[in-house]
Amino acid sequence: MKPRLLRIGTAAAWFFVLTARAADPYTASEPAQPRGELDRLVFERLQELGLRPAPPCSDAVFLRRVYLDVIGTLPTAEEVRAFLEDRQPEKHAALIERLLAREEFADYWALKWGDLLRVKAEFPINFWPNAAQAYHRWIRTSLRGNKPYDRFVRELLTASGSNFRDPPVNFYRAVPGRTPDSIARAVALTFMGVRTDRWPSNRVAGLAACFAYVDFKPTGEWKEEIVFHNPASPRADRWVGPDRRAVLPDGTALRLTPEQDPRVAFADWLVRADNPWFTAAIVNRIWAWLLGRGLVHEPDDFRPDNPPVHPAVLQYLQHQLVRAGYDLKHVFRLILNSATYRQSCVPVAPLTRATAHFACYPVRRLEAEVLLDALNQVTGAADSYTSPIPEPFTVMPAGTRAITLPDGSITSPFLELFGRSARDTGLESERNLRSTAAQRLHLLNASQVLRKIEQSPLVEGVSRPDLHPPQVAETLYLTVLSRFPTGTEQQTVARYLQTAGSRREAAVDLVWALINTAEFVHRH
Amino acid sequence: MNLKDLLREHSLRQEASRLLDALGLPLSRREMLRRCLFGAGGLLLLNGWGLRAAAPAAVARARSVIQIWLWGGPCHIDLFDPKPEAGRDYCGPLDAALETNVSGIRIGQLLPNLARHADKYALIRSLTHESNAHETASYIVQTGRNPGSRDVYPAAGAVVAYFKGGAQTGLLPPYIVLTEPQGRFSEAGFLGSKYKPFATGGDPARPRFEVEGIVAPGVSDERQRRRRELLHQLNTLGRSLPGDATLETFYASEEQAYELILGEAGKLFDLSREPDEVRDRYGRNTFGQSCLMARRLVEQGVPYITINYKGWDTHKQHFQVMNRKLPELDRGLSALLQDLADRGLLSQTIVWVSGEFGRTPRIQWDPPWNGGRNHFGRAFAALVAGGGFKGGQVVGATNRTGEEVVERPVHPAELLASIYTLLGIDPQARLPHPEGRATHVLPGPEEGVGPPRLLREIM
Repeated sequence: MKPRLLRIGTAAAWFFVLTARAADPYTASEPAQPRGELDRLVFERLQELGLRPAPPCSDAVFLRRVYLDVIGTLPTAEEVRAFLEDRQPEKHAALIERLLAREEFADYWALKWGDLLRVKAEFPINFWPNAAQAYHRWIRTSLRGNKPYDRFVRELLTASGSNFRDPPVNFYRAVPGRTPDSIARAVALTFMGVRTDRWPSNRVAGLAACFAYVDFKPTGEWKEEIVFHNPASPRADRWVGPDRRAVLPDGTALRLTPEQDPRVAFADWLVRADNPWFTAAIVNRIWAWLLGRGLVHEPDDFRPDNPPVHPAVLQYLQHQLVRAGYDLKHVFRLILNSATYRQSCVPVAPLTRATAHFACYPVRRLEAEVLLDALNQVTGAADSYTSPIPEPFTVMPAGTRAITLPDGSITSPFLELFGRSARDTGLESERNLRSTAAQRLHLLNASQVLRKIEQSPLVEGVSRPDLHPPQVAETLYLTVLSRFPTGTEQQTVARYLQTAGSRREAAVDLVWALINTAEFVHRH
Repeated sequence: MNLKDLLREHSLRQEASRLLDALGLPLSRREMLRRCLFGAGGLLLLNGWGLRAAAPAAVARARSVIQIWLWGGPCHIDLFDPKPEAGRDYCGPLDAALETNVSGIRIGQLLPNLARHADKYALIRSLTHESNAHETASYIVQTGRNPGSRDVYPAAGAVVAYFKGGAQTGLLPPYIVLTEPQGRFSEAGFLGSKYKPFATGGDPARPRFEVEGIVAPGVSDERQRRRRELLHQLNTLGRSLPGDATLETFYASEEQAYELILGEAGKLFDLSREPDEVRDRYGRNTFGQSCLMARRLVEQGVPYITINYKGWDTHKQHFQVMNRKLPELDRGLSALLQDLADRGLLSQTIVWVSGEFGRTPRIQWDPPWNGGRNHFGRAFAALVAGGGFKGGQVVGATNRTGEEVVERPVHPAELLASIYTLLGIDPQARLPHPEGRATHVLPGPEEGVGPPRLLREIM
């Protein structure tokens, strides 16, 4: 990548306008205004609770936020500048549409679904690389084409065939033990948001009967495996009693005949509009993905004693999903265009309660893959990702973005350190966003990170002696933090440029410092 | 600006904290966190790495474990279970065994130094499991369980970090790997990523051991301080959003990181502080210096150190590799055992040497192997010393060719149960599970099987 210097000029005037408006660079000056039914429901409830919503975030923050939340990618300095200079009143909605149509949308959400569906070639799932690649491609293609969610799930649940040629069959291969009861548990967790540990055992058994005939057999091709409905499955006897019945989680009995694949009947029941679990689980997940925590939290822990904080909002989104024909992007749009989503991260209400009830946008650490991509984008660097088994090793080409990695076995020490999901459980919480000392050590001081900074085109660009300190500050802030610097920050940068040993040393230290701010490492 | 705001300005924080103390005012949340993490009292509850110490189960005889992991699978009959009588097809050129300083115990001929320390260690010659695949076997040996259950269990290092992580190790992480993580399976299992080992990176045999993140090449302490100050000045988000729990964790981690970068704790990794004579004794190679580093970490009370010693997967050129590696192992391990003993640390430090399996005793002479050995889980050997394990002992035996266990078969879970017991960790203790399921350190009655037998004969 060649160093790209930014146009400097109009921006200097701009930042005074921007920074004069609010006390911090994160918040806009106007108060929060509901923008539709969703906001009315949220704000009403907040009022009942005595909580004032936070004012909207600044445009720069909105831009960075929506990029990270929708496509897992940092905006470039040019994209920041273009958006901030855009005078169209509907520019926020237009931006959301552009992002939903980007290729990175499919990359990023295939990554999330890869966690939930445990897409991993090696231990302990042992998909085998070909199958992991095929499965990932199927997931990504489905998301890219915005496949209706009911169809997406039905295909996963009812597929039969080869793990290489009929990718959704890998859903069953990713379940530990591959027994009917463990399949039932995985189905309930993934598509109903329910942890079956709290279920009575006969309810698990009743659901397990739906998967009693799922069987697996090898073929002549190396590591190929066929998943199929086997009326004579040796497992069936244990799970299908003499009365040959499955019992669905709502108590409905299902009569099983060996000729009919009960997975189809289960899928019919699952995706029905009046199924209380199916739509609630997915809209709650989307809410949690965009707003940091679920209306029901954890987002995969629906149970009677863990009610949603805004029940009406959950119902509204479920209704909207069904009405839109299970169009997931419709739910994204509703949330992303809301004033609720656009609140500043700096709350008016007391912090803890504001966070729990969505009276502000909650700050959280970037995921491992997103952080590493952002770091590489800012420094113009690339990483390599490998899977050490089976031999010969898999090595992804240099420049591969981490959010596009198809397989949990293909990884790097950075991704492991920053809490990438091990893809063992399918739980949302398996991806760890908690900061640790080891992570701070790495970002502050590891040779990998320091080398990226030292060799970056950004450092090269701002080391030019003819650049004035305000231009340096602006370039750095637009590139790393996706906003213009405040007056205080301008002064700090100018002072540092004067006191450091050389322009280059100062540039390295400044890039290092901005990359190490909480603001860079978190979405906010 | 009120006093609480002052606290958030790093440069003024300590001063403000003293002022608050003097005034007897309540401490800010951040200050509380700082004290909890770094104060002397805080360490008892929560060590610097955010790990809570679980209640000790029983009397602990050992305090630390040094796991020397011979990644790839070392050949048991070339190391700890020699079979010189089995002939050329089994022994190749290594057809003599060495008598040790304990009569009746012989070891491989390329381990002359270790032969003088047999009174310090026990050899387990009858380890066995059913896997010949690296990752599955690694999992079995380090978790004591077969894969395929609903859960991925934590490896021994993560289990020990969980139970002993509250030990007084100051800022050092409780589970450290020299120098690279094993990588092929999740060491932490369902305990989650915070129980993963801290991997040092770098190479302790280099003039400067550049521990990844702690020792940065080419950045002076003075420049580190200047950068840190700059970082604090540019912390606009932190100043706009005081008290946010996510950010507080971030800042607390940062303070801790700086204690290692600029404080005394980080100096521990400076091996140039050891006399040359000591460094020479361990061998001036990565493995030897890793052993020395492990001793320094044990002195600080770090409960679990893994030396991930690679290069034992010798499908080809087996004997060439053995001629190179065994003298390295012999020298480093002998120096470690002697040094620990001299310092009175061996009695409280378990040294555990093994790989994930052994290698086929029968040599593959045909191309493309040309004198190689394959994976062999059916029979393999381990060395254990210290921490309550008796020296000068042998457990179990294999047949004339080293292909079958013929006496006292030992499953890896039994060895792990013994190690845990010596550390004061109940092998049947509960482990926290993300879904709240009842999971235990090792299989036992609550999972419908008998508990693993302890290796009483050497404890």
